[in-house]
Amino acid sequence: MKVGVVTFPGTLDDRDAARAATNAGTTSISLWHGDADLKGVDAVILPGGFSYGDYLRCGAISRFAPVMEKIIDAANGGMPVLGICNGFQVLCEAHLLPGALTRNHELHFLCRDQKLEITNNKTSWTTSFSMGQEVVIPLKNGEGSFQCDDATLATLEGEGRVIARYVGENPNGSRNKIAGITNERGNVVGLMPHPEHAIDTLTGPTADGLGFFTSVLKALVK
Amino acid sequence: MAKIVVDVMLKPEILDPQGVAVSAALPRLGFNFAKSVRQGKRFEIEVEGEPTPVQLAEVEKAAETLLANPVIETFTVRVEK
Repeated sequence: MKVGVVTFPGTLDDRDAARAATNAGTTSISLWHGDADLKGVDAVILPGGFSYGDYLRCGAISRFAPVMEKIIDAANGGMPVLGICNGFQVLCEAHLLPGALTRNHELHFLCRDQKLEITNNKTSWTTSFSMGQEVVIPLKNGEGSFQCDDATLATLEGEGRVIARYVGENPNGSRNKIAGITNERGNVVGLMPHPEHAIDTLTGPTADGLGFFTSVLKALVK
Repeated sequence: MAKIVVDVMLKPEILDPQGVAVSAALPRLGFNFAKSVRQGKRFEIEVEGEPTPVQLAEVEKAAETLLANPVIETFTVRVEK
């Protein structure tokens, strides 16, 4: 099973995302933002970083990259897509996920190990977790505050589309402590914290993040 | 040469931490007039000659597509002489 990892100018975490995909048992394939070609991959990861220097709004320019047009079509066709941090911002800008990520409420860039509760284990990227499972993975962003209107929030909560919530103090002012959400179909997931930085205890605080990448393998072989 | 100005603001219901920080800094400098401050973005677009209705419609479309994110922001388009 082939998982594509997209590199935009300014992407930081493509290497770690590729390593996570490989460690989970999939084959990782590099995708370039300027190529309208998905190279036959079965799933796509939009990794973290500062694509296009976060100019205009985070993810606003990346969203129109040639590779994104293909990813939007594939996602609408059911292909699993995971957006991490900047990738989550790109998915919101591309309207594959509702809402938007705005400046952390206390304006600081946060970088810390964050406890999360998994609140939906039915998506393409979360079946390796149990409902209510607590995981610790790094959170590192300046614009991670999830915002949406009341109607969208009610829909997300009503349909169980919040996939992870911050445990303890709300780190960035996200509505309802939302750390990650999914689309209606459950194939597209956006997550602010970085599971690809927590796939083994040699380099990460835990290996809890690996579950996101093993989940997609299960989804693909089904 | 005319200038088309696009002003982008966060919707009122969206938290604006930068505006809050500015509003907290003002009284520290002795400026006590502000009840609240909200921060936005301004785009100045130069065009040759007088902007045509077609150009203005295009700018409107560009603002909606790229310059602003309608999920969290509102925008206005106007011509500045």
